[in-house]
Amino acid sequence: MTTAETTEHHRTPRKLGLSRERRAIWEGRPSLPVRALKIIIIAAIVIIMLYPFASMIMQSFAGFGANMRATLIPSKFTLDAYRSILGGGIVTRAMMVSAFITIVGTAIAVVLTTTLAYSLTRTKDVPGSKVVLYLVLFTMLFSAGIIPNYLLVKELGLLDSYWSLIIPTAISAFNMVVIRNFFMQIPGELIESARVDGASDLAIFARIILPLSKAPIAVITLFYAVGYWNSFFNALIYINSPEKYPIQIVLNRYVLMGSPLDQIQNPGGVAPPPVSIQMAVVVVATIPILLVYPFAQKYFAKGVLTGAIKG
Amino acid sequence: MRRSGWMYALMLPGLVYFIVFHYVPLAGNAVAFQDYSPFLGVQGSDWVGWSNFVALLTDPQAINAIKNTLIVSLLQIVFAFPAPILLALLLNSLLSTKITRFVQSVVYLPHFISWVIIVSIWQDVLGGAGPVSELFASLGLGHINIMTNPDTFKILITSQVIWKDIGWGTIIYFAAMLSIPTDLYESAACDCAGPLRRMWHVTLPGILPVTLLLLIIRLGHVLSVGFEQIILQQPAVGVQVSDVLDTFVYNRGLVGGDWGIATAAGLVKGVIGTALVLGANKLAKRAGTEGLF
Repeated sequence: MTTAETTEHHRTPRKLGLSRERRAIWEGRPSLPVRALKIIIIAAIVIIMLYPFASMIMQSFAGFGANMRATLIPSKFTLDAYRSILGGGIVTRAMMVSAFITIVGTAIAVVLTTTLAYSLTRTKDVPGSKVVLYLVLFTMLFSAGIIPNYLLVKELGLLDSYWSLIIPTAISAFNMVVIRNFFMQIPGELIESARVDGASDLAIFARIILPLSKAPIAVITLFYAVGYWNSFFNALIYINSPEKYPIQIVLNRYVLMGSPLDQIQNPGGVAPPPVSIQMAVVVVATIPILLVYPFAQKYFAKGVLTGAIKG
Repeated sequence: MRRSGWMYALMLPGLVYFIVFHYVPLAGNAVAFQDYSPFLGVQGSDWVGWSNFVALLTDPQAINAIKNTLIVSLLQIVFAFPAPILLALLLNSLLSTKITRFVQSVVYLPHFISWVIIVSIWQDVLGGAGPVSELFASLGLGHINIMTNPDTFKILITSQVIWKDIGWGTIIYFAAMLSIPTDLYESAACDCAGPLRRMWHVTLPGILPVTLLLLIIRLGHVLSVGFEQIILQQPAVGVQVSDVLDTFVYNRGLVGGDWGIATAAGLVKGVIGTALVLGANKLAKRAGTEGLF
C-alpha cells in the first residue's frame, strides 16, 4: 500500500505533464530508426490485440453471402443475427440468468466481504478474531480441490440451482485482505471519537468506515461482478438444465462446440449465416464487460497494486 | 473489556462461509482414501488406504497429465513470464504520455474477457475458415487450422496466455519502474550512458526484486495451468496433448465417475502446490525480498 502510494506521488508530475515537458534534458531525442522501430512494434501489438474484437463485431452484422474477409467491413450489413438471438430463446434466457447471478452474487459477496473484513480489523481487542483471520489466510495457500467441492455442493442439495453459482465463490480471501488493509488505515482517532460519543461498532462501520471506503469497495465490486459474469467452470459442473445455463455455457455449447441453436427466431424468413449468429452471441456476452471496462481499468490497476504489495 | 457483540455478529456469516465452503471440503479429501460410491456417501464407502495413490502413480493417463502440466508450465515461465517485462520496458521508453495511455487501455482489455469468449474469437481468426487460413490458401500453402492442430497446441495456449495477460502483467513492473529515483537516471546520463545502457544499469536492477518475487511465486504454481482455457479446447485437439492435472481430475472424477483416483490426484496437487509456495516464499526471503508472508 505505502509503496504504491509513494510511487504515485513520485510519478504525478511526470505523468500528468505533456510529452515535451516529460522529457528531461538528459533524455535526448531517440534517433529516427529507433523511433520508427518502436512505432512499428507498438502498432503491431495494438492490431494483434484489437483485430479479433473488430472481426467479431463486423461478422455479427454480416448478412447471408456477405464477403468481408479482406476489409473487415461486411458487404451486406444487417441486424438479423441480433434480432434472432435477442427475440427470446436460449441466448436471451442465458443473458438474464447471467445478469441475475452477477447482480445477486456481487451484492452478497460485497456485503459478506466488507463485514468480515471489518470484524477482523481489531485482532487485539476482539478475542478469537486473530484465529479467524489465519483461517481465512490459510485458504489462500491450500484449496480443497475440484471433487470435494463438488461433493459438498451435492450434499447441500445445491446441484442444478442458481445458488451453486453464487454461494461457493461468495468471499474471495484476496479481496477480503485488500479491503481489510484499507480499513486498517483509517485513522483510529476518528473511530475513538465516535465511540466516545456512544456509537456502537455497527454504527461505526456503517457511518464512518463504509463512507470512507467507497473507492476500494468499488474495486472489489468490479472484481466480483466481472468474476461472476465470466464464471464458467462452476456452471459446467453444477448446472444440468439448459434453461438454467448462464451465457458462458451457452457460448461454449453453441459457438465453440457448434451445436445448432434451436428456438432461433427468423423474422425475415432467411436465416442469418451461422457465423454471424455465433459472433452476435459473443458480442452480446462481451458488452457488459466493455461497459464496465473504463471503470475497471482505472480502479483495478490500483487494486492489483494494493493487493500485490501487502498480499 | 469493551463489549464486542457487534464484531462477532458481523464476523459470523463470513466465518460460516469459510468453514462450510473451504474447511468442510478439506475434510472431503477423505474420498482419496476410499472406494467412494455416490450412493453410499463418504460415511458409507469402504476405506482402501493408499491404493488410490498407488493406482494414480501407475496410471499412464495420470503420468501423461503430469508431463503435460510441467511442459505447459515451463513454456509459460520461459515465454509468458518475461513478456510483460519487455512490454513495460517498451512503454516506459515512450516519451508521449498519450500514446502510452492509449496502448495501456488496449492491452489491459483482454484480461477482463472470459476464456470462453477468448477461445471463440481466436477460433474465428485462426480456425479453418478464418483470415489466417485464407491467407495461407491464397499463398498456395493450403488451408490450415491452428486451433485443431495437436502438435502446436501447447504453443497455442501459451500464446493465448500472453495475449490475455501481457498488458495486465505490466502494471506491477510499471509501479516498480516509477519508484526508481530520477536522480539515478540523471547521474547515469551525466556519465554519458545512452538509453540502452540506462535501461541495463538503472531500470533492470530497479525492477529486479519484484521480478524475482513474481518468478518465485510463479514457480510455486507450477502445477496449476489454466483449467478453463484447456478444457474448452480439449475437444478440438484431443486428450493426449492437452490433458493437465486439473483436466485429469475433472475427466476422471466428474465425467468418468472414478472418484477415488481423481480426488487423490487433486489432493497430491494441492499438497505439492502448497509445499512449493511455502518453499518459494522461503527462497524469496533468502533472495533478500520481503516474501509473501
